[in-house]
Amino acid sequence: MKFTLSWLKQHLETTASAQEIVDAMTMAGLEVEHVENPAQKLAAFTVARIVSAEQHPNADRLRVCQVDTVDGRKEIVCGAPNARAGLTTIYAPIGAYVPGLDVTLVEKPVRGVVSNGMLCSAAELETAEESDGIMELSGDLAVGTPVAEALGLEAVIDFEVTPNRPDWLGVAGIARDLAATGIGRLKDLSVAAVPGSFPCPIEIRLTAPQACPLFAGRVIRGVKNGPSPDWLQAKLKSVGLRSINALVDVTNLLSYDRARPLHVYDVDKLSGAVIEARMGLEGESLEALDGKTYTLTADMCVIADASGPLGLGGVMGGESTGCSETTTSVFIESAWFDPLITAQTGRATGISSDAQYRFARTVDTGFVVPGLELATKLILELCGGEASEVLVAGAAPAAPGAISFDPDYVQRLSGLSVTRERTFEILAHLGFAIEGAGTTVQVTPPSWRRDVEGKADLVEEVARIAGYGALPSTPLPPVISAASGILTVRQNRARMGRRAMAALGYAEALTWSFTSRKTASLFGGGDEAVVLSNPIASDLDCMRPSILPNLIEAAGRNAKRGFADVALFEVGPVFAGDRPKDQRTAITGLIAPHAPRRWDQGAAEDVFTVKSDLMALLEELGAPVASLQTAQGSNSPWWHPGRSARLQLGPKAVVAEFGALHPSVLKALDVDGPVYGFELWLDSVPEPKRKGKSKPGYEASSLMPLSRDYAFIVEQDKAAGDLIKAVLGADKALIAHARVFDVYQGQGVAAGCKSVALEVTIQPKDQTLTEAEIEALSAKIIAAVQKAGGTLRG
Amino acid sequence: MTDLATLEAEIVSAVQASADLAGLDAVRVTVLGKSGSISALLKGLGSMGPDERREQGPLINGLRDRVQAVLTERKTALEAAALDAQLAAERLDLTLPAPPRRRGSVHPTMQVMDEMTAIFAEMGFAVADGPDIEDDFHNFTALNFPPKHPARETHDTFFFSPNEAGERMLLRTHTSPVQIRTMVSQAPPIRIIAPGRTYRKDSDQTHPPMFHQVEGLVIDRNIHMGHLKWTLETFVGRFFETSDVVTRFRPHHFPFTEPSAELDVQCDRTGGELKVGQGSSWLEVLGCGMVHPNVIKNCGLDPDEWQGFAFGMGVDRLAMLKYGVPDLRDMFASDVRWLAHYGFSPFAAPSAAGGLS
Repeated sequence: MKFTLSWLKQHLETTASAQEIVDAMTMAGLEVEHVENPAQKLAAFTVARIVSAEQHPNADRLRVCQVDTVDGRKEIVCGAPNARAGLTTIYAPIGAYVPGLDVTLVEKPVRGVVSNGMLCSAAELETAEESDGIMELSGDLAVGTPVAEALGLEAVIDFEVTPNRPDWLGVAGIARDLAATGIGRLKDLSVAAVPGSFPCPIEIRLTAPQACPLFAGRVIRGVKNGPSPDWLQAKLKSVGLRSINALVDVTNLLSYDRARPLHVYDVDKLSGAVIEARMGLEGESLEALDGKTYTLTADMCVIADASGPLGLGGVMGGESTGCSETTTSVFIESAWFDPLITAQTGRATGISSDAQYRFARTVDTGFVVPGLELATKLILELCGGEASEVLVAGAAPAAPGAISFDPDYVQRLSGLSVTRERTFEILAHLGFAIEGAGTTVQVTPPSWRRDVEGKADLVEEVARIAGYGALPSTPLPPVISAASGILTVRQNRARMGRRAMAALGYAEALTWSFTSRKTASLFGGGDEAVVLSNPIASDLDCMRPSILPNLIEAAGRNAKRGFADVALFEVGPVFAGDRPKDQRTAITGLIAPHAPRRWDQGAAEDVFTVKSDLMALLEELGAPVASLQTAQGSNSPWWHPGRSARLQLGPKAVVAEFGALHPSVLKALDVDGPVYGFELWLDSVPEPKRKGKSKPGYEASSLMPLSRDYAFIVEQDKAAGDLIKAVLGADKALIAHARVFDVYQGQGVAAGCKSVALEVTIQPKDQTLTEAEIEALSAKIIAAVQKAGGTLRG
Repeated sequence: MTDLATLEAEIVSAVQASADLAGLDAVRVTVLGKSGSISALLKGLGSMGPDERREQGPLINGLRDRVQAVLTERKTALEAAALDAQLAAERLDLTLPAPPRRRGSVHPTMQVMDEMTAIFAEMGFAVADGPDIEDDFHNFTALNFPPKHPARETHDTFFFSPNEAGERMLLRTHTSPVQIRTMVSQAPPIRIIAPGRTYRKDSDQTHPPMFHQVEGLVIDRNIHMGHLKWTLETFVGRFFETSDVVTRFRPHHFPFTEPSAELDVQCDRTGGELKVGQGSSWLEVLGCGMVHPNVIKNCGLDPDEWQGFAFGMGVDRLAMLKYGVPDLRDMFASDVRWLAHYGFSPFAAPSAAGGLS
């Protein structure tokens, strides 16, 4: 909303500058968006009078003028044809910035004559689009008068109002708050009743009190409608409104001045003598003042006569009964429409009128009849005529109740020290009524402050007027607990996992928590419960069951930009349902390897790269890596069936899945493979059993470890992991590691079989092993592997 | 005599003439080998008479020692030359690239979240979590949003379809529901922050449908707005790493706080770069206020006994402001070039000693 300083000053007696007003508004809670202040912008420009204008000696079109200015008499060269002796115009001194020319004036000779300033046109000051010669002003103006004052230019303040303060949607309401801050004195806002000379000939009927509980109206007959006087037109123009005609302009004026929307009907266009506020009927429609036709519903409040709907109550009037220059008899509506129904109608129709905006935010229930009286007074002044008696139907919703209030609560809640007297003074300035004299008093909010419901609201009123600038800065009391390590194990793991992944060469991405339902269903999601009913786009309509598809698509986007080699990760939520327990935190890594070709023929990245990174990550997270089983063949269907596995502590305790993504999934996401990845569910990583900070005891054997190599023949589908498990299980005390170093198929190995070679590290504990003991251990290893289906290669 | 001198001269010249270790060894064999010339002379000593042996012995032994020394010297020289030649042959072009290694990075939003966590941890705040998919009670009703508040509309909030119980779940529009979950589940005094993802339907060029917030909540018996001011002033100074930060609390409106405020920070925006702690502009940083008595009541606490403050700030936006990221949408685009440019080293974890950035 906008207003001008002079408009404000009609309600507020103040000498404050525009900037002071803006600062006071800001600190009272009004967010000022923008101030257009010509007085500031044009501060350098003042009224001057040309004493003489002589022909320039060296230029036909130039004149050398002697000018009386705020800086004394100056010699100024001017090219305007209207520069003549006696003309009152605008002077810009050397050093002034001329906005219309985008230049700063410097002292320099013009064809050999030094010009000590400039005489300006309206275009040069940007007060008009174009102009013909320098400004011609009234001779009454004193030399030195600022141009803004001479031209009546005003600061226009553009601001936003929070939804709790509909009273600020009228200039008078702002003046009231500013007066409370002490920047000025509030002028009398009271409205005198205009007596009617005949009964109101129109009956008001309320049949939807939930939407329109109160409706006041009257007729003024014998009016002469036409263009508004200049002051009213200028006033509306200053805040960006278009003047229509006097009757309509009065309603707009009161909407902006008192936050009181009104509507005027041409009585001669009404059918019958009854105006009814009712709910819309199915099948009805309205041709509104904006020229559009709206379909009405039973959820909308309609103003109707015998012919049908005349307007949407509190939203917009209809074309059929609008006031024009031919109107001679007018019915003024001053009603109170329910905020929720008005807001709903606004959304349903897409109409956001000044009236709708105000009613949706709750207008003052106490200003229904005064608003009507004020409109009557203005219409009689502007259009003449004779007013009927006021007709009031219905009653206002109950006024806000009294609040028990101990003024000490101001300090207790805000920390501000405000005296009891000042507290009461502020509340009184804002229109609150205070009763009682004890520690606790009864404070009743004014009818325009239905947002104030409790004592905390009263503290806010006092605090913001007393000024948040005075708030003390009070350190929080120290806390004894949690001197360090405030994060839970899971929170800390997310943090460490993030940095571990980055250290492993993955770039952290943040992708949407949603994806398309189609994509989600490729990754085991897409349940009805996690499908958004109002997505921003159809491809973002479902909560993601996995981070993988988002990272795959990100890899695809990067590839399309020419950056195909991608290693990305994300730590974030995945959703299996809509309950809190269905949300898990995943750490997901993805590699789309398109590494540069190498001169040294190094090995390309493959599924073992992500396995290695996943294992490194699990180590960093403190997961029980030694207990993890690698289970193959039971993975989710979005993985390559032969090149993926899960890491689990048991069939029902899956910690992670990794592998190559299934080619058909990649195809569905339009991404070229191969793509490798893993997804780890942080919530599935058990918390460490060990508590406390100290490390377990350190045991380093003084005896040399020894290693022995074995090759076993197994069926080609046999998992190497089974052999390792068998070897390790042969003697848990002595066997420290077992590692596969060769896998061979071909000559010397029967078809359908493979040879797996392992290096087994034996760590003697108490004494060096004898050759016989080593032989015995070997026999145990061979026997254990035999049991697992492998025979020693001869 | 002249025979020995001649022999020595011949041997020395043969040693000097040998071009490699094999050649040198061949010379050695012809001189000192089983049937070598000096070996023969040494053998001849045995058949000499004592006087002749006394005369010839030192001469022949001296010859052998000198020849041995010449051989050793030559061998050392030839070995050194051979090593030089081998090393020269082993030369590698070290301007060739080493095996490629990717450089990973931490996203600026997450880096800033870690910074915030570090700052508030020092002030004794714990970290609380809550689900992204919320219900109407936690996201709106308990936070004192009136029925049919515009935020409850499908225009502003993402909703799911109503379930069998008629309950319509939604994506939380702020991290404030964690206030409720915390107050309901733990007894005051409470001092937490709650970082997380939040969602708004009314997205446009500068408002993505998903963003990150950090919520703060302090509930105790005597907490007032002065504590809020100190906490946020301390935070802003630490976050922007300047000791002379000037802040301004401006009245505002939120349904869940009363009194409510927005915090502005004085800054200089000339030249396209944001400098906090100087200049004449104000930058809105966050919203805050005293927790509304209705909210405290909705969590089963007595607002006449417990009071406190809450605040909420946009993490992505603060990351942009601090690190000069021009466009919010890029934060969620996963462009590897952007991630490499604006991302942080994994080893740059914020700390009191190493600095927050």
